[in-house]
Amino acid sequence: MNASVAWLNAFVRGSHTAEQLRDLITAHTATVEEMIALRDDLAPIVIARVVEEALHPDSDHLHITKVDAGTGELLDVVCGAPNVTAGKMYPFAPTGTTMLDGKKIEKRKIRGQTSNGMLCSARELGLGEEHEGIMELDLDVAPGTPFLQVMPVGDSRLVVDVLPNRPDLLSHLGVAREVAALTGASLAFPDIGVSGIEIHQPKRFRRAGNAGGIVMHLEDSKLATRYMGVVIRGVKVGPSPTWLVDRLTAVGSRSINNIVDASNYVLHEIGQPTHAFDFNKIDPDPKMPEKTIVIRRAKDGETLTTLDGAKRILTADMTVIADSSNPIALAGVMGGADTEVDDHTTDLFVEVANFDTGRTRRTRRAAGLSTDASYRFERGVDVTLAPMALYRVTSLIIALAGGTVAEPPIDLYAGDVPRAPIVLRTSRVARVLGVALEASRIAELLTGIGCVANVEAGDAAIHVIAPTWRQDITAEVDLIEEIARLHGYDALPGDIRPYRPGTTTDAPLWTTAARLRDTLSAAGLLEARPTPFVSGGEQHVRVLNPLAENEGYLRRTLLESLVRRAEYNLTHMQGNIRLYEIGAAFERGEDGLPTETTRVAALIMGDREPTHFTNSKPAQMDAWDAKSLAERIAHVAASGAELRPGNGNDDLLWEIVVDGQVRGHVSRVTLDAPVWASPAFGIELELGTMFNGDLAAPGQHAHGAAVEMPKRPVTKYRPLPAMPASEFDLALLVPGGVNAADVEGTIRRAAGELLERLVAFDVYDGAGVEAGHRSVAWRLTLRHPERTLRDKEIEGRRSKILSVLQTELNVRQRTS
Amino acid sequence: MTIDEFRTRVESHKAEASQHILGALDANALEEQRTHVWSRTVQQSFSKALGELPADDRREAGRLFNELKVHVEAVLESRRAEIASLQHALDKPKLDLTMPARARWRGGKHPVTLVIDEIVAIFRELGFTVALGPESESEWYNFSALNFPADHPAMDMHDTFYLGEGALLRTHTSPVQIRTLQSSPPPIRILAPGTVFRRDPFDASHAPAFAQVEGLAVDEGISFVDLKATLTLFAQKFFGKTRTRFRPSYFPFTEPSAEMDVECRLCGGRGCSACKGTGWMEILGSGMVHPSVLEAAGIDSERYTGWAFGMGPGRIAMLRYGLPDIRLLYDSDIRFLEQVAE
Repeated sequence: MNASVAWLNAFVRGSHTAEQLRDLITAHTATVEEMIALRDDLAPIVIARVVEEALHPDSDHLHITKVDAGTGELLDVVCGAPNVTAGKMYPFAPTGTTMLDGKKIEKRKIRGQTSNGMLCSARELGLGEEHEGIMELDLDVAPGTPFLQVMPVGDSRLVVDVLPNRPDLLSHLGVAREVAALTGASLAFPDIGVSGIEIHQPKRFRRAGNAGGIVMHLEDSKLATRYMGVVIRGVKVGPSPTWLVDRLTAVGSRSINNIVDASNYVLHEIGQPTHAFDFNKIDPDPKMPEKTIVIRRAKDGETLTTLDGAKRILTADMTVIADSSNPIALAGVMGGADTEVDDHTTDLFVEVANFDTGRTRRTRRAAGLSTDASYRFERGVDVTLAPMALYRVTSLIIALAGGTVAEPPIDLYAGDVPRAPIVLRTSRVARVLGVALEASRIAELLTGIGCVANVEAGDAAIHVIAPTWRQDITAEVDLIEEIARLHGYDALPGDIRPYRPGTTTDAPLWTTAARLRDTLSAAGLLEARPTPFVSGGEQHVRVLNPLAENEGYLRRTLLESLVRRAEYNLTHMQGNIRLYEIGAAFERGEDGLPTETTRVAALIMGDREPTHFTNSKPAQMDAWDAKSLAERIAHVAASGAELRPGNGNDDLLWEIVVDGQVRGHVSRVTLDAPVWASPAFGIELELGTMFNGDLAAPGQHAHGAAVEMPKRPVTKYRPLPAMPASEFDLALLVPGGVNAADVEGTIRRAAGELLERLVAFDVYDGAGVEAGHRSVAWRLTLRHPERTLRDKEIEGRRSKILSVLQTELNVRQRTS
Repeated sequence: MTIDEFRTRVESHKAEASQHILGALDANALEEQRTHVWSRTVQQSFSKALGELPADDRREAGRLFNELKVHVEAVLESRRAEIASLQHALDKPKLDLTMPARARWRGGKHPVTLVIDEIVAIFRELGFTVALGPESESEWYNFSALNFPADHPAMDMHDTFYLGEGALLRTHTSPVQIRTLQSSPPPIRILAPGTVFRRDPFDASHAPAFAQVEGLAVDEGISFVDLKATLTLFAQKFFGKTRTRFRPSYFPFTEPSAEMDVECRLCGGRGCSACKGTGWMEILGSGMVHPSVLEAAGIDSERYTGWAFGMGPGRIAMLRYGLPDIRLLYDSDIRFLEQVAE
């Protein structure tokens, strides 16, 4: 909502500055997002004194002057105005100023004399038509003072962010009403020169009525709560006076002609949209002596060319105003081009309606056309405003364009619905706001915004009837909000008061996620937070209204996003990629809602570490880096998780198995990558399901339900060894088909509990190794908890291990 | 002098000489010690003493003297070698300590996570715990339970991604309020960080998915004063010393509703283009929980009251790191993430 400061001041008969109004409205009513000085173009203009003046030697009308513009030196300025006089003050545009007409003032020579700037006339400043001479100022200020600082020119526009609950603020009347309530001023309509114009009392009908050569018919009261109309004959369309143009300019609206401007003026003044049709362009009804105006649902496929020139195909969702045959306006949104007022218009049909909010919304949506009118009807216009608006717009048209109203206006309206009183308990006010306010103070605040407030004897309750323009106030809590903001949020105390601790503990998934972030960040990985939208396919959850077709689905795995992010980095020549994410993935669910899981994923590729002079060619990350990372993730996220070699396809390296269930994997990742890129590896692990179904029926809770907290295993202390350990190595010849895990398992079983550590430290399958075999070297650490092991015992174990390996796996000791 | 006296003298000189020689730390000191303990004069004094012994003892004395000579020269030689090797080590080129440290990849949390962690840490001091909720929600949890009127312009502020059959991507973290109220009895003090979705195409200041942090406190006797006090305290802990102001606002699920501003982080409250000259910067939306919201979750709204807030850590991250474009937070550019890693 654009509000003019001058217009608001006219309503409250005040002289508030733009800053004062901005701060007041923001603190108590709605946020003023921006304050625009409408004549900001005059900011460079300063007040200057002409110190010397002489005639130009080579001209009969130019003067050469010396001007003090507060710069510390006298400027040479050539001036063509006959009234330039030494000793007088004038507005002065220094070099560099861009004037209203786009002309830039520059230092230049005029008939051989240098001129550094321009002394300005009123027209040059856009302050009137006077251009015979420069603007003489009778001011007692220092030269160099900004013009805007001392001259009361130019209105300011306040851009008010009106939220959907306050449609009453979508007019100057509405905002001024707040200003009046907050400052104690009285409120009165600005004088626009319409006093003395009298119009007949409207004639009220429920659904249909006639007057002034027109029959009005409201097909269904669901379409409009009220529809008023009047015929004005004998108007003369022409330009609007300056005051009206200025008002419209101030709110960012363009002047069109006196009829349209009068309608727009009333919209911005009191928030009631109105529309003037050219009466003579409305088709006559062949069956009737009068013309017919029908408010009805549009028929599918009907067409209407609106005022913006667009030919629109209508649907039954829309409401239209129609004559006996065709639609002539899109109700509550925009008028039709066929009945537009033009320079030859003499007779008008003026509509002042109250269209249904929901239907206007649907009409606007279906037409894809939002206007000042639809914006207001959608949010709700006070139904009692219509008669005032009709009077205001009709009398303003008559004042500006002449004409007469021959017959009373018609008012299709079922009548006012009295508002039910709301019981407001003073104790509840204190409970919600945290401070006790006197009943009389509460009543005073509410009365200020138009409520009727009756304090019960004993002050326990106040019976409040909200004004018609505040349809958002329907319950006690709505009144409490009014009290809070009118009293002032800043006036309420802000001291910390005692509180009880909550009954909840941290969500386990949050704790796990936090630990994973710490682990992965410490491991040199960087956290990504991509969006979950992917191009997807049949198995993915579909977004019904995606922003782009290649983002039409929700990801099933986080790696889908990380792969795209890795590719993004590759296109920026970044090949050393270590990214991780903890986020949500979605599978198609059974009853509409997807199955949502929280997951962790990582993608690594490139050098294992940055280049250093001790390591000028770092090795590239490989499957073993991925496995190591996966083990760390599994350790933090899921106790007892194990990595199982994946058999099946080539890309799957390991499955991460938790409690017998496959919950994740480590894989080779295929990327759209340039040739220089190194192989990429991905890890993904499901952390848990995020329940998105109903916890309880609406209005119910499930406080009795048991909350399952996951157990986190605690490591128990094992005594540190006191006895020395013995180490020996086994170089084993392992036939193909026998894997390391089998050999390890066999060694562990054969070695028994004395085996403390077992590490495979070398693998070789080059020259000297029997074909189809590989040589793997293990280092074994044996220790007895209570005594030193004898050489014989160690030798005994060693032989046993070798013999078991030989018999069970055909694994022999490597001899060469 | 007897042969015994001579022996004693030889032994004592042996000990004294060793001590002096081993005390020398460089070649010069060694030469100095050598002239002190094994000069010609010293040797001559032994020869002279030997000559004065009875002839029978001279053979034994000669042996002793020779032994002394061998010993001292051996000690001298060994010390000389030690010093030479030490000197060689010292003469080697020094480590260039200006060379760079061994490099490790820099890892780190996302800037938005860092901001969330900081917010959570402050509220944790005030007794809040973390709650989570799904990103895919039903219309009831996302809108109806939160008192959104059907077919109302309030919905325009929540341009929604729909998944069909009443499912959608949550437009705010506020459904976690309902889920928490339904699952745990008051007193409730929770913080709910998470990703939310609005159908806004990417541009410099909009993203279709972004982080939000929700806060909720519900108990008997909770009032607007608690809201104001807690959020003001938060602002001062988070931003350092700053003034705050509360403005009326509108959210269907709170009433009264308020937005909290802090002094503009860029101009310090003097007014600049970033704050459109107001000197204030909007940080969060808040309000007293609407009674209908409590009732929707089965909580007696006469007995319990509460307050809630929601804020966008992404916007704070942009301010903090001076990011010109919100897309930096989503591109996952390694160079950016390394820059801001802590």
